[in-house]
Amino acid sequence: MAMLSFERKYRVRGGTLIGGDLFDFWVGPFYVGIFGVMTAFFAFLGTVLIFYGASLQGTFNPWTISIAPPDLKYGLGLAPLAEGGLWQIITICAIGSFVSWALREVEICRKLGMGYHVPVAFGVAIFAYVTLVVIRPVLLGAWGHGFPYGIFSHLDWVSNVGYQYLNFMYNPAHMIAVTFFFTTTLALSLHGALVLSAANPAKGEAVKTPEHENAYFRDFIGYSIGTIGIHRLGLFLALSAGFWSAVCIVISGPFWTQGWPRWWSWWLDLPIWS
Amino acid sequence: MSTQIKSSIRFGAIAAASLGLGLLLAACQQNPPEATQQNGYRGVALEQVQSPKILAKLAEANQAPEVVPPGDRTGPRASQVYQNVKVLGDLSETEFTRIMVAMTGWVAPGGVAGSDEGQGCSYCHNLNNMADESKYQYQTARRMIQMTREINSNWTNHVGATGVSCYTCHRGNPIPAQTWFTGGGHPKNLADGGGWIGANNGQNLAGKHVGRASLPADPFTPLIQFAETIRVTGKTALPTAKGENIAVAERTNALMNHMSDSLGVNCTFCHNSRAFSEWKDAPPQRVNAFHGIRMLRELNANYLAPLNTTYPATKLGPEGDAAKAYCATCHQGAQKPLNGAPMLGEYPELGAPRP
Repeated sequence: MAMLSFERKYRVRGGTLIGGDLFDFWVGPFYVGIFGVMTAFFAFLGTVLIFYGASLQGTFNPWTISIAPPDLKYGLGLAPLAEGGLWQIITICAIGSFVSWALREVEICRKLGMGYHVPVAFGVAIFAYVTLVVIRPVLLGAWGHGFPYGIFSHLDWVSNVGYQYLNFMYNPAHMIAVTFFFTTTLALSLHGALVLSAANPAKGEAVKTPEHENAYFRDFIGYSIGTIGIHRLGLFLALSAGFWSAVCIVISGPFWTQGWPRWWSWWLDLPIWS
Repeated sequence: MSTQIKSSIRFGAIAAASLGLGLLLAACQQNPPEATQQNGYRGVALEQVQSPKILAKLAEANQAPEVVPPGDRTGPRASQVYQNVKVLGDLSETEFTRIMVAMTGWVAPGGVAGSDEGQGCSYCHNLNNMADESKYQYQTARRMIQMTREINSNWTNHVGATGVSCYTCHRGNPIPAQTWFTGGGHPKNLADGGGWIGANNGQNLAGKHVGRASLPADPFTPLIQFAETIRVTGKTALPTAKGENIAVAERTNALMNHMSDSLGVNCTFCHNSRAFSEWKDAPPQRVNAFHGIRMLRELNANYLAPLNTTYPATKLGPEGDAAKAYCATCHQGAQKPLNGAPMLGEYPELGAPRP
């Protein structure tokens, strides 16, 4: 396969975590490595099992295929394949491929002498997923508390779990997570608008520099976080959103069982006014 | 930025996150594991996750009273033995005495603290003439016995064969601890004298009957007493016409909060939130709740609300209405009142009148 002119300098040998030189090669533009092989293996196995589950279910409509977790009665044990066992194996495949992909990113970072920001960020997303299908089910004592793998069915799960706590908007960690999600989009929109404006000046004007961008925000809100700062802020906001999402679901059930509005009784019962 | 500053920022962020998490967990009920119960197909989260600590407290608070030994069902009827027996006249003399003894313990073992209304038998009776119906408690008790028999014989689609006794609501109190008056105990206006600035439209404060939410404090007057339509959600995925306004929806939400709070259950105990109105996908408990709402409407309209002319003014609510029943009156936090103790089985005297 043809290689782009600048591509050769990124093809650095070494930096692998395990496997030494054995898998240290590229397929076309893609680095493989032992973790690339593992990602492919788990992703393939998981996908095949989803299709097998769909055939058992009797539908190949992508909206309604659903791989449901076992009944609660199986606890943390293994369930028969057609009664949630598939969900258990597919969950192992999903975690296997996600973690392998993150470790492949680590190897690429090592090759390029970069920081580990990208795998760490992806790790937070994996952590949120693992919280939903491993940590919380284990805390509650049954794999059946995980969510089903289906486009419609997982939405039904989200809705019902929300209503298990009457009004999920009162979950304090959910409030923090939602705020971070919104703030992420706000920061991204401000940043994107600024960059597009600076890079697309009016006809006849020169492209604006970062100094110009700083001056704009200092005029606008009295402060400019700067070119590197905005990316650090964006990373912090996005990771916080994922992290607090994981917190808000793991406390629902394992640490609080009543409606979330009821949790705010501590506020109503403050000795100042009660 | 120097490495030192970077690492101290990192440390600060981690410390702040752990502190936040620690505070959150400290405010929570307990550590896992919880008691769980599955009410629907696997994976759709139709389940109850409950705290064993709370369940134990509820079980403790909802103990059935000791059963008075059953009496001989044969012999002359109470109506032939005693004077002025209008509602339990079909019982034998021993059965009649048994119910009187049990009722004393259920309703007025100690009377009302600080009142001269009497206690034990004298709470309802003139001890010099037990047939004297001048006490308002006597007249009320007669009506309440009729109501109990009505529930046990005509509302089995809600109370099943379990049935109810006086104790189901009274729990040793002359007036059941959990009842409602019109207004829901909510000040009409925040500021004395009202005015637009203090008008709260019966909501916006922690309503004590609606799970301490800021929803309408009294959804019972419109939805139970006046039997207005409770359902506000559509039956189709997308709206086909203009729906109800938010104030009407919040009223329903308030009633649902009350039901959830009264039974110690969540929304998915009765509903599949995929489609709230859909009966096919809903857990069977919803049918029971449906009949419970109809039962409350009848009991309040025919038995409880009309007692406002029997009670002394001090027992009436701020609007001059009598105390009325809602879910919490019997359930008192438990899925099954008195943990499902078979009140009718133990006191068949409280079933339908015998011919």
